[in-house]
Amino acid sequence: MARKGSSVGIGESRSVNAALGALAWVVALLFFFPIFWVVISSFKEELDAVGDPKIFFDPSLDRYREVTESTSGILSFGEAFSNSMFVVLVSTAIVLVMAIPAAYALAIRPVKKWRDVLLFFISTKFLPMVASILPLYILAKQFDLLGTRTVLVILYTAMNLPLAVWMLRSFFQEVPQELIEAAEIDGAGLRGQLASVILPIAAPGIAATALLCMIFAWNEFFFALQLNSAGSQTVPIWVTTNISEKDNFLAKLSAASVLASFPVVIAGWVAQKRMIRGLAMGAIK
Amino acid sequence: MKDVQQKSAFHQPWRRRLPLLPALIFTVLITQIPFIMSIWYSLTDWKIVPPKPRKFIWFENYGRLFKAADKAFRDAAFTTVLMTVSAVLISLVIGTLFAILLDRKFFGQGFVRTLLITPFLLMPVVAALIWKLQMFNSLYGVLNWVLERLGMDPVEFIGKHPTSSIVTVLVWQWTPFMMLIMLAGLQSQPSDVLEAAKVDGATTFGVFRQLTIRHLRRYFELGTLLGTIYIVQAFDHVAVMTGGGPGSTNIPYFVYKRSIGGGWVFGRASAYSIVVVVAALIIANLSLRLVSSLLEGEDVV
Repeated sequence: MARKGSSVGIGESRSVNAALGALAWVVALLFFFPIFWVVISSFKEELDAVGDPKIFFDPSLDRYREVTESTSGILSFGEAFSNSMFVVLVSTAIVLVMAIPAAYALAIRPVKKWRDVLLFFISTKFLPMVASILPLYILAKQFDLLGTRTVLVILYTAMNLPLAVWMLRSFFQEVPQELIEAAEIDGAGLRGQLASVILPIAAPGIAATALLCMIFAWNEFFFALQLNSAGSQTVPIWVTTNISEKDNFLAKLSAASVLASFPVVIAGWVAQKRMIRGLAMGAIK
Repeated sequence: MKDVQQKSAFHQPWRRRLPLLPALIFTVLITQIPFIMSIWYSLTDWKIVPPKPRKFIWFENYGRLFKAADKAFRDAAFTTVLMTVSAVLISLVIGTLFAILLDRKFFGQGFVRTLLITPFLLMPVVAALIWKLQMFNSLYGVLNWVLERLGMDPVEFIGKHPTSSIVTVLVWQWTPFMMLIMLAGLQSQPSDVLEAAKVDGATTFGVFRQLTIRHLRRYFELGTLLGTIYIVQAFDHVAVMTGGGPGSTNIPYFVYKRSIGGGWVFGRASAYSIVVVVAALIIANLSLRLVSSLLEGEDVV
């Protein structure tokens, strides 16, 4: 069975364990430092952010006020945020709706050649996104989708679907066949089996999968920049609008970075244990 | 009777395939239509400047591409391989070490883990900007401030070492992902086997070498596969940090620059992308075969 942080690791004795714990703290604080620094900078005045690194200063929320202020004609934070939310939630929902049945057909009642199908899904992830940007741009223009949220929903769905199918297949393999057979004898169809047996058991895995999809969609920059510069811009684009050629902008950019990263970071923090479990299941089968 | 049997034999495979179809059809449409369009473009001399009608020129673009003259393309390919291999390997090694550190009980374990996973959750654009402007910057970057305090000369990180700077940020962001995978691996070790080895008098290091490493193989493979898929495509970091500056142009950025990123030589850019796609598919197939243990499972027909 799974175990957690047992004493059977490297370094059994108590003092070694304490020393390694202290080392973990030091390493983690160093590793986290750049983020800490951005958070600090976001509370500074612009001039303090570019001078010699300062820890002591008068913290203020003015930068946050400045970046969230909306000026007409310029992409506002609220607009970018709601565009991002829409694109992320809708694309992740579509991914799950398509990936769950597909994973069922690959893991629980596998079709013939399921291995080839799975390899096809994964191999599409190796296709460089940049290689298809020109045809995608032309198609989007043709269908009048440039600068819409729809085009990003479609592309983020395509971007995350293979990963979701791959991960969900591994989770579904963990579901005991006897339970599924029992549900089948009770007359449950695909939907019934999913609802009564598979989804409850695979729930942590599905949550981990959805979270990864949301992270990748929320953070995506390339398609958003190329296909949506005309409107419906998302949060990563909004962050870069805070870079200025003329003035000092580091403190403002820091505030924008904190706001932009906030939702995904919080979601990741809350779900970290689930993600570990999900990835473990993903590797076992 | 015979009729019924035939009917169900006909229906059975379709009922199995049906749940697969939406995902499969969607993926085929979205990934293959642009590919076919790219093949068509790559056989033309389409460019925007000077504007002139598109002409079909067969394989001329490909001929140019493989001529010795196209050093830039080969450089970009080399940079891509260097960037991907080093970023994946380094983040895998550091991630494993972090996972080993975390896989024990100590004060604040959960908090330390939370700190460590955060870089993975950041937007690549934000991560690249943080490092470029606030860590690496030669005027007010934290790193040079520290170097100065230590009595060393300031280093122009991005100007002098563009590729290593990008790799640093990639490693910073992907180490937590590798750590999560390896942590999952460590925590899924059967504890009874470990106890038994202990009882048999195995040393801690012996247990680690004999059992843990073998158990972790699959997790290494999973981390390598997923890491490679994403890092080989790294675009945001390059665009934000160096803009492809000296020697740091990787394939994604290279193709972008020749296509809608300012080059506007669509015919040739498409030829590049077809070559890249074919190479990517070959690499994908080889590496997927290597990690085929991830694809084990019974063949239920």
